[in-house]
Amino acid sequence: MVGIVIVSHSEKLAQGVAELAGMMASEAPVVAAGGLDDGTLGTSFEKIVKAVDSVYSDDGVIILMDMGSAVMTAEMVIESMPDRKIKMVDCPLVEGAVVAAIASSSNESMEDIIQAAQESASEKKL
Amino acid sequence: MTDSKKLIDIIQKISTQIQMDKDFLTELDNVIGDGDHGINMARGFKEVEKKLSDFSNKDIGSILKAVGMALVSPVGGASGPLYGTAFMRAGAAIGAKNEMDGNDFLKAMDAAIEGIKMRGKSHEGEKTMLDALIPAYNAMKKSYEENNDFKAAISKGVEAAEKGVEYTKTIIATKGRASYLGERSIGHQDPGATSSCLMLKVIQSSL
Repeated sequence: MVGIVIVSHSEKLAQGVAELAGMMASEAPVVAAGGLDDGTLGTSFEKIVKAVDSVYSDDGVIILMDMGSAVMTAEMVIESMPDRKIKMVDCPLVEGAVVAAIASSSNESMEDIIQAAQESASEKKL
Repeated sequence: MTDSKKLIDIIQKISTQIQMDKDFLTELDNVIGDGDHGINMARGFKEVEKKLSDFSNKDIGSILKAVGMALVSPVGGASGPLYGTAFMRAGAAIGAKNEMDGNDFLKAMDAAIEGIKMRGKSHEGEKTMLDALIPAYNAMKKSYEENNDFKAAISKGVEAAEKGVEYTKTIIATKGRASYLGERSIGHQDPGATSSCLMLKVIQSSL
């Protein structure tokens, strides 16, 4: 199964998104990497590295992130692991995570999961 | 222009300056951002300071790369990956040298600017650190090519960076958190451009 890392400035937000995604697909390897080590707002390079390590397999890992430094820090983590199959996904954090978790738990490929998560951007709520 | 020892001294001075201006940078960021620039920069350079003693036998490229790595990890905000990438690219551009001259500095600064553009997917005129760094680089390059005098060049660079910081007051932020404010960001100087300008000033006064 493809691992899913949720990166947010907020520890609680990342955990909440992971929790919500897990509710729909409890087997999916979803892990949160939110906030800084002391619990304050920000994105931590080390936390993201640890999160990627914890869900990494040959199937790969996707990273979903909120904004700004979360995107840049995730990018640097990926650059620091050139031999690994890791990709960032440009999608709404909550919807994308739910869609990705369901797809991952159905053993879909990384490419298919990324596409499904990206498509969640165009789904209207109203 | 400088050797490894002098470079370590300059980095120490940059850190001291950043710690001194922590509240000022945070105040600027409070107005148009998320209010963490000073705190983040101070935290990043504290981490850099811890590593300074390991740097003494290293070449200039390795020192700059290590500064970059130290900045990425603890900072938490956008300035970590941006300045981290800038220092890492600068280090890679200089390589395993123990002395650097004005041309090396310009090469490193150019690589740093390209790194910031790549990481932030940004360019000049978006109310970012680039609005201080790019005019500074251009002014320094011109001056150095004309006079081959680095001290004169860095003075021109600082002048241009200060003008760049002033210029950021006049434009709308289109990158970073400040972009959500739209026109409300006009009238306020960019914290990132300000911290970039501070670093150049420290280099100027250290030479």
